[in-house]
Amino acid sequence: MGSRYSFDNPDPHNAFITICREAEYGEGPLSGIPVAVKDNISTAGIETTCGSNILKGYIPPYDAHVITHLRSAGAAIVGKTNMDEFGMGTTTESSAFGPTLNPADPTRAPGGSSGGSAAAVASGMVQMALGTDTGGSIRCPASFCGIVGLKPTYGRVSRYGLIAYANSMEQIGPLAGNVRDCALLYSVIAGYDPRDGTSLDLPAPAPLKAEIAGKRIGVPAEFFGEGVDPAVAKTVQSGIDRLEGLGAEIISCSMPSMQYALAAYYVTSMSEASSNLGRYDGVRYGTAPDFVRSWHDAYSHIRKSGFGEEVRRRILLGSFALSAGYQGKYYAKAQAARQMVRNDFARLFETVDMLAGPTMPCVALPLGETSDPLSMYLADILTVPANLAGVPAISVPCGTAHNLPVGLQLIGKHRSEDEILSAALAFEEGSV
Amino acid sequence: MVSKEDVAHIATIADIGVDESELDLFTGQFNAILDYFDVLDSVPIGGDAAPLRKNVFRDDEVVPSLSHDEVLMNATDPEDGFIRAPRVI
Amino acid sequence: MTVIIGLEIHCQLNTKTKLFCGCSTDYRDDGPNTHVCPICLGLPGTLPVTNKQAVLYALKVAKALHCKVPAFSEFARKNYFYPDLPKAFQITQYDKPLALGGYIDNEAENGGEKRVELTRIHMEEDPGRLVHKGSGDRGRYTLVDYNRSGVPLIEIVTEPQLSSPKEARRFLNKLRATLEYLGIYDSEREGSLRVDANISIKGYERVEVKNITSYKGVEKALTFEITRQKGMIRRNAQIVRETRHYQEARGVTTSARSKEMEHDYRYFPEPDLAPLEVSSWVDEIPLPELPDARRDRFVQQYGISQNHARTLTGDLKLAEFFEEIASDMPEIAAPWTADILLGELNYRDMPVTKVPVPHYGALLLEVKKGSVTDTSAVEILRLILNQVMEGQQPEMPGEIIARLGLSKEKGDSIVDTVASVLRENEAAVADHRAGKAGAINFLVGQVMKATRGRADPKEIAKIIADLLKE
Ligand SMILES: [Zn+2]
Repeated sequence: MGSRYSFDNPDPHNAFITICREAEYGEGPLSGIPVAVKDNISTAGIETTCGSNILKGYIPPYDAHVITHLRSAGAAIVGKTNMDEFGMGTTTESSAFGPTLNPADPTRAPGGSSGGSAAAVASGMVQMALGTDTGGSIRCPASFCGIVGLKPTYGRVSRYGLIAYANSMEQIGPLAGNVRDCALLYSVIAGYDPRDGTSLDLPAPAPLKAEIAGKRIGVPAEFFGEGVDPAVAKTVQSGIDRLEGLGAEIISCSMPSMQYALAAYYVTSMSEASSNLGRYDGVRYGTAPDFVRSWHDAYSHIRKSGFGEEVRRRILLGSFALSAGYQGKYYAKAQAARQMVRNDFARLFETVDMLAGPTMPCVALPLGETSDPLSMYLADILTVPANLAGVPAISVPCGTAHNLPVGLQLIGKHRSEDEILSAALAFEEGSV
Repeated sequence: MVSKEDVAHIATIADIGVDESELDLFTGQFNAILDYFDVLDSVPIGGDAAPLRKNVFRDDEVVPSLSHDEVLMNATDPEDGFIRAPRVI
Repeated sequence: MTVIIGLEIHCQLNTKTKLFCGCSTDYRDDGPNTHVCPICLGLPGTLPVTNKQAVLYALKVAKALHCKVPAFSEFARKNYFYPDLPKAFQITQYDKPLALGGYIDNEAENGGEKRVELTRIHMEEDPGRLVHKGSGDRGRYTLVDYNRSGVPLIEIVTEPQLSSPKEARRFLNKLRATLEYLGIYDSEREGSLRVDANISIKGYERVEVKNITSYKGVEKALTFEITRQKGMIRRNAQIVRETRHYQEARGVTTSARSKEMEHDYRYFPEPDLAPLEVSSWVDEIPLPELPDARRDRFVQQYGISQNHARTLTGDLKLAEFFEEIASDMPEIAAPWTADILLGELNYRDMPVTKVPVPHYGALLLEVKKGSVTDTSAVEILRLILNQVMEGQQPEMPGEIIARLGLSKEKGDSIVDTVASVLRENEAAVADHRAGKAGAINFLVGQVMKATRGRADPKEIAKIIADLLKE
């Protein structure tokens, strides 16, 4: 420690909730590199809000595991980035701190929920950033902003200090302007942590090298199904053709459990969220409750005024899905569907090395366009399967549609980050 | 179909205030979303999925707690070392 | 009217650290919120990791109580709001508990044994502690101490097979003794055993009584609740299925009717914790000698009665104390310890561990030698216990005997005292000569009084008879 990074860039896209104008940094692989951190990752001494009014003023007394890693790698943590409140969104518009603008087109949303991290990278404010991905929240904004984003295998990166939205599916991961930076940040944060009981004890990531020739890449028909913008499909199809041109073998396949994936994801994530977000009552941290009211009244009041509409909607729906008489219809069925998704991946990965398709079914949407929650949820259809199964997935820029960035998604086997990063690097270099 | 009363009941269980005006909005949205979730009705319930991991433990060794100041630093008006909460009786 | 009682017993395990974090459980001498970390404070972003020792302790209890440990069990979240619950859910076990079934053989009314079956044993975390402050609707508030938050508990659930408050008390004594013998529980820690009870009169609705914070309060709470229910039946009032709270200070149960108590716990498996597959561990967990085995050994080894053995083994510390002093003179040590010492300790609410072994042993030796009467010996015992209670260095029995002149009076000196008592109570002597039963007891009592208990009643009776014969 000792050196200081001066970070006084303007923030025209509202990418940050908190900016650390003087950031300390030390020696290490990220020495002096400015890194932005999504605001749902706990940072000792730096306000951590999750994009919510209910956590305004909350200063964690401890660092998330990934922050400890960032600091010891020498990174300069220059700020906390904007996000959909508690990660619940696909646009970063549900933040209590206002929407983030997409650097590729400031009239559009950057995607979400890690929209602030993606915009900070895409606008060049930082070289790399941490995001979190529960149902696509790294890959979606990476796709919409034209950068690289990796969701690691569930358990590869410690969740200790990541403020939970849906524990069983979320992972912290890197966003960067290119695959090499993405892999570098990934190699710093990956690793075993005994404080996270779901953490995997695996060897360190291998050095990155471009490699795709001879890989068998499955393309499930469902990834180009109903709801995928034909212009996006066309761009991604040409990307897959380029993969073939680089020596990959493209194999058509099918993933029937896709029909259940989105519902399984939303039922599971809302259920877990309804429980995870119970603790926000203002007593121990965050906006104080009204002590004149009795506790139940005070809690209801603070949780009404402190949470935004989408968060309240998901807490209520999740509470409903777990409630007496409905748990069997919703939560239990979602777990069974989730197992079907896992089984589908396991079956496909017996014959292919990875899967490819569009990251998102569409391009970045104009700000303020999504008011209907269900139609917003539907946009996550292509990203949620990897979270349901816990497998790694990466989004790499693949060209444009409607003059806006489009991402190619590569989904790998459990613990195969090295393999999909290598493929993504080959694709990126082959595209230059 | 969920009714406004169902939504109000869930709001009580989840300790989240919902305005009368919001009840109609939420009820309509919930029905659309729950309709979509009905796709899960056709999922066969199998046996328990094999757990991905089991028996993760730590040893019974004391780790330093937070300092008293750190415990109270985010709480409002602590009193005699206690954290203040609204009345329960 | 047949009474049906089932119990749910919460027992704090005496692990060094909490169930899901490394905070010390040894907080009782420290101020509020001094044994708290981000995990047990429920700070955003924290994750639980299970304390292996707590699982081993729970399994030890399961084995000792003859439970079946399923191949697979898991933790679940019980979601509800209350200021003592920092995450707004309690990590507990729901439909896949650690142990199922099991039983305890309990002392029955007739002195025999009645088997009480268990439903299950599961593990869970303790909530924090609330203190209520202020007055008036707007002035009242709550203070929270999270030191207790996350302390490991086991909940032992019985089948509804207990039929009286007395039986329930005996059951709890037996259970408590077993838990103590297992070394997994510290009875001296305040609030380490807490009980909820389900009570019904056969044919009527069941009422749950919560918040019985001392196991001693159980008999009182149950007695009150049964009386209340029987009274309602007599008045033809309807008993409603409800949860009631025991108010320790007033000894009554009150209805917990408020809408704030409306719960739908929305249990689901805790996603941050891996399932438990620990049934194969059970065989390797060593069990110590348990109360029943120790009782049987006491009968065999010391030749004492079944009843004395049961009493002496009903508390680990008492059993250990007895074994320290019993070896030379079990025939005296057993009745003295079980009948006299225990009564004196209960009267003083004093733990047996505070009784000075050398003093007590020396006292029993004096009794054995016949150098003091039983009455004097009790007086000496009381003196010693009082000295300990007052924090003084207790005197040895020999010193007390010398100081107070308590040596048993024998032979001539008693004959003189008896003779003078007979002279002063001519009416009683006449009654005795007339064959009136009871007169002799009166005379013995007068002699005892005159010797301040230093004479042996049997010897007095004999001297009276001899003197009156002359
Ligand atoms: Zn703790």
